[in-house]
Amino acid sequence: MSYKLNHMVQYSKAQLDASFAALSDVTRRGVLEQLGRADASITDLAAKFHMTLTGMKKHVGVLEQAGLVSTEKVGRVRTCTLGPRRLDEETAWIERYRQLWASRFDELDEVLEELKRKEKVDGRKRE
Amino acid sequence: MDARESEPSRAKNRTTVERKSERELVVTRSFNAPARIVFEAWTKPELLERWWVPKSAGVSLLSCEADVRVGGGYRFVFDFGNSNTMVFHGKYLEVTPHSRLVWTNEESEDGALTSVTFEEKAGKTLLVMHERYPSKEALDRSLAGMEAGMGENFDQLEELLVALRAPSA
Repeated sequence: MSYKLNHMVQYSKAQLDASFAALSDVTRRGVLEQLGRADASITDLAAKFHMTLTGMKKHVGVLEQAGLVSTEKVGRVRTCTLGPRRLDEETAWIERYRQLWASRFDELDEVLEELKRKEKVDGRKRE
Repeated sequence: MDARESEPSRAKNRTTVERKSERELVVTRSFNAPARIVFEAWTKPELLERWWVPKSAGVSLLSCEADVRVGGGYRFVFDFGNSNTMVFHGKYLEVTPHSRLVWTNEESEDGALTSVTFEEKAGKTLLVMHERYPSKEALDRSLAGMEAGMGENFDQLEELLVALRAPSA
């Protein structure tokens, strides 16, 4: 009676919106596809998609905001890789599971307070 | 996230979750009440139903039956809206008053064996819940199920991501 209730756990809508926005563009989908095959620098990507460096930087920025791509600058080259969303998946799942239990337990606190009060009253009655 | 969290109220105790092994999750929380009271809230269906489904969840409990004794069964029916109901059921394998409960989760093959211990110290109770899954995959699937349940939108996104990540021909 526990795990499937995680259906109830709130999903971060902001994250979802960011992902959809990121994926709404054909170039950005192409970039993800490309990075799925191999890491690439922004210069490589710009050349591949016949774009200016500035234009590609913008696209990569959107993907990065959505957590779909991460970039690292080594020397003068900024390399793009997929992630970190996938890598952090388990951590995110566990956090959601924790939130489910935390909200259950907060409600349980209320029930316990009530039981304690009742016990006190009943105890006084017996005296 | 939750509106109630912003209300000034007494500090809540922290809930922690740890993946102890490939097949095991451990949840801990301390409660400001003696073990007999915490145990009562876990074993009386009329109390269980008051906290098992958080108010923020947007889900309601249609019925909550729990026959809390060794070999006794439980059956919770949830309403997810749009006439989607889900039944959770299993049986209690161990019931030691004020200190330990063990039950099965039989609604799916991936169901865990859940044990909860209540340890009282200076009027407070430390609760430790172990969920042992039949396999690493079962635990992974259960955790991933959280996302699968997030609705159609998420499923679509997930499909898209999988498709994007698949090695192209």
